[in-house]
Amino acid sequence: MSENILNLLNYTFFTNALLAALLASITCGIAGTYIVSRRMVFISGGITHASFGGIGIAWFMGINPVAGAAIFSILSAIGIEFVSSRSNVREDSAIGILWSLGMALGIIFIFITPGYAPNLMSYLFGSILTVGTTDLWLMTALAVFLILFFTGFYHLILFIAFDEAYARAHKAPVQLFKYLLISLVALTIVLNIRVVGIILVISFLTIPQSTANLFTHNFRNIILLSILIGIVGSVSGLLVSYYWNIPSGATIIFAFVILFALAKGFQVLMEKAMIRKQLNR
Amino acid sequence: MAGIFEMHDVSAGYGSEMVLSNIRFAVDELDFIGVIGPNGGGKTTLVKLILGLIRPMQGNIVFQNPGERNLIGYLPQVSQTDKSFPITVLEVVLSGLMSLKRGFGAYGRNDFHKAREVLALMGIAQLEKKSIGELSGGQMQRVYLARAIVASPRLLILDEPNTFVDNRFEHDLYELLRELNKKMAIVMVSHDVGTITSYVKTIACVNRNLHYHKSNIITQSQLTAYNCPIQLITHGEVPHTVLGEHNHTHHHE
Repeated sequence: MSENILNLLNYTFFTNALLAALLASITCGIAGTYIVSRRMVFISGGITHASFGGIGIAWFMGINPVAGAAIFSILSAIGIEFVSSRSNVREDSAIGILWSLGMALGIIFIFITPGYAPNLMSYLFGSILTVGTTDLWLMTALAVFLILFFTGFYHLILFIAFDEAYARAHKAPVQLFKYLLISLVALTIVLNIRVVGIILVISFLTIPQSTANLFTHNFRNIILLSILIGIVGSVSGLLVSYYWNIPSGATIIFAFVILFALAKGFQVLMEKAMIRKQLNR
Repeated sequence: MAGIFEMHDVSAGYGSEMVLSNIRFAVDELDFIGVIGPNGGGKTTLVKLILGLIRPMQGNIVFQNPGERNLIGYLPQVSQTDKSFPITVLEVVLSGLMSLKRGFGAYGRNDFHKAREVLALMGIAQLEKKSIGELSGGQMQRVYLARAIVASPRLLILDEPNTFVDNRFEHDLYELLRELNKKMAIVMVSHDVGTITSYVKTIACVNRNLHYHKSNIITQSQLTAYNCPIQLITHGEVPHTVLGEHNHTHHHE
């Protein structure tokens, strides 16, 4: 089997897939930590599904579906952030509407487009083995930008995310950063749809972070640890997907869940051992 | 103008609902104001106005030095903060210095020194690497107070600082505020009138309107005149100057 894995590295599609897994782990590790810390999982789910509308419209108009999804999801992200800053609209209801509207638009436009309809399954469940060079360049650009942005503005991002009222009272550029960050979250989601698909991308943004959060409560450490967990989970998911011919998105998420379960079990055992040690003393 | 800010006939609220109407209020340097009033009377709205979190519907607020960056330190209600946010104690305290940073950049060695100094003053220096979710209510209050004063503001605003804290910390807190008051003005919102009046210098009664009482001694009949329906309850051994002498027996009926 190890020989097989080494042989696989000779195939461009496989090295591309490995690179995609690495880049997805970095981008989702950073953006996901922000999402989980700020309790924006539901908003992110809304943005993810709304982006399907962009894919459908782009397909209908004959432009690149990823570009369509990017525009559509950034606009819906900014829309949700705008709505949630006004207290008289129920944010969760607005997200629910956008969520289903995006899916409906996507399906309608794909079906009324004459000729060949794309494989919907690859958007819904992802296909990491067909990631192309353009996708990789885009993901690399996003990863570099996210690393620079979160390094350069680390303290300001924490300041605003942790206590928005306090930051606003001290004249920090709260609204600007919220729009910037939600747009980066939207871009992260869209560029990772190729890897794990619309239905599963939210897991890439939450499961590694929740696993990391079992062991550390430090924002920076959660980012680093969830990138590591992302790499381990996505590469093992990728291998399972390749050998058993199962959609890669599903196997990657399954690997994440197994890692989470192992980590949780380990944590419980550690706690029990600690208690026993204290009792015996 | 000797005050830190003045409010001129300010009305404020949310949507179409007006919570405060025609408020005149000023905070002088080194004043220590206890803000009291019934729930829903507009105490928190007053705080939001001062912090600039909401704008007046009518009237205006004039600050003496509008551009000043370390003007206000603020201790929010504990319930308003996210206890599971992954942030360390030191990072929280450092964020109190953020407004002093040009371009909101990174912290320098001096900032770390200041933050640690304030943590030591609060007696929680050993907690700096803990994340806030691991702290008790009293420890958390100390961390937020450290954040509020680390930049040495001219005005410190405290919103219900005595909720969720044990009696011992409450006592320490008030003693600390007395010390801080030598260097900064303090506005403290509290529902616990009996305790705070022995520490504050003046009292503001807020119930849609605001009545500023230039003394820390206030009687039930004055409260009634101010349309401020709260009971003056005193707590055991805590020294209190709430009631004028002649009212003391009346109060216990």
